[in-house]
Amino acid sequence: MSVRTFTLNDQLITAAAGQSILAAAREHGIAIPTLCELEGLSTVGACRLCLVEVAGSQRLLPACTTEVQEGMTVVSESPRLKHYRQTILELFLAERNHVCAVCVSNNHCELQNRAVEQGVTHVRFDYLMPTLPVDMSHDRFGVDHNRCILCTRCVRVCDEVEGAHTWDIMGRGFQARVITDMAEPWGDSTSCTSCGKCVQVCPTGALFDKRATAGGMVKQPSFVKVLQHARARKESQ
Amino acid sequence: MSSTRPRLATAWLGGCSGCHMSFLDLDERLFDLAAAADVLFSPVVDAKTIPPEIDITLIEGAVANEDNLELLKHLRERSRFLIAFGDCAVTGNVTALRNLAGGPMLVLARSYRDESNLQPQIPTELPVIPPLVDRVVPIHQVVQVDFHMPGCPPHPDLIWYCVTELLAGRVPNLTGKWKFG
Ligand code: SF4
Ligand code: FES
Repeated sequence: MSVRTFTLNDQLITAAAGQSILAAAREHGIAIPTLCELEGLSTVGACRLCLVEVAGSQRLLPACTTEVQEGMTVVSESPRLKHYRQTILELFLAERNHVCAVCVSNNHCELQNRAVEQGVTHVRFDYLMPTLPVDMSHDRFGVDHNRCILCTRCVRVCDEVEGAHTWDIMGRGFQARVITDMAEPWGDSTSCTSCGKCVQVCPTGALFDKRATAGGMVKQPSFVKVLQHARARKESQ
Repeated sequence: MSSTRPRLATAWLGGCSGCHMSFLDLDERLFDLAAAADVLFSPVVDAKTIPPEIDITLIEGAVANEDNLELLKHLRERSRFLIAFGDCAVTGNVTALRNLAGGPMLVLARSYRDESNLQPQIPTELPVIPPLVDRVVPIHQVVQVDFHMPGCPPHPDLIWYCVTELLAGRVPNLTGKWKFG
């Protein structure tokens, strides 16, 4: 296995060729904040929370999709990054209706946790407060578009792990929405296997078990990593 | 009334009063607070007028009607340090969910006419009811806020920490002590 050596926050780190900055940092116990990334799924760089500074690049680069290069110098904590991360989180909170107090995922939400970790105590932008639907047509699950941050974890897990590709994204920009099948009610979907993987990986209260009340939705997204690992082992046997 | 002790005020705008309940949950610490400062104006104090000078003011609730707006502006003018106290003041929270129904008339129609089966009428003619503002907003969209204390409601320990830090002349450091919701 060929290796790449790079500098992360003044620390010399060895990574495998092809490894992302994020994966290498994690292996060395350096936490970089993330939202859309989930171990076991492909990376898409959707949320931009994991942006890092790379010497020689004017632009900030997402640590989850940027491969380690030999000799590169990376900074994952700085006042500039903190500013951008806070701004990103505030924009998420302003874009739809994240009302933590009455959300099924209160106290178990990745967006809520990231906001606290990054010190977002209030939102400087005007709240858009769009009127968005809640689809409760599925037997067991619901989707509340008010809480969706368009991370596409549901889309990826359904396609890459379950193999159903029930979920997708329709529309662009702030009008983008997650959809099931051809934008039909979830309950009418003929491709959905009702496996619930999307619900478990959704970082917010957007996808939930219909039995859950406020604060009652506790998810276990780490199954993806375990499942993918087990499959890889089986294939190599 | 001419004491040099710190002067505190609290106000209840568009909120459920839960933040004030949490404040009352300071329990015995209320005695310590009374020993250290004067609470001059609050829903739990029988004061009819706003004192001219206040050191620390806690504002619960979002700005939902003209009364909220007026009270908030007056308190801002007279307060050295103004705190957004709880999620409704900080984010709009549940109070601001009303915005999803549309402007004031739509909200009133929904509440008093459409969902009513006995004498449906919209109470806009009565002068005792303050007119609703077009859009519920967190207080920092109307006045300068010196400090945000999120939580629905903020835990009494958090309230106590913030108030005692401020009384000691320090800005509270919320790291690891708070959350939304
Ligand atoms: S529904 Fe959940 S998992 Fe799917 S894109 Fe929205 S936030 Fe992400
Ligand atoms: S975690 Fe890297 S962009 Fe979302």
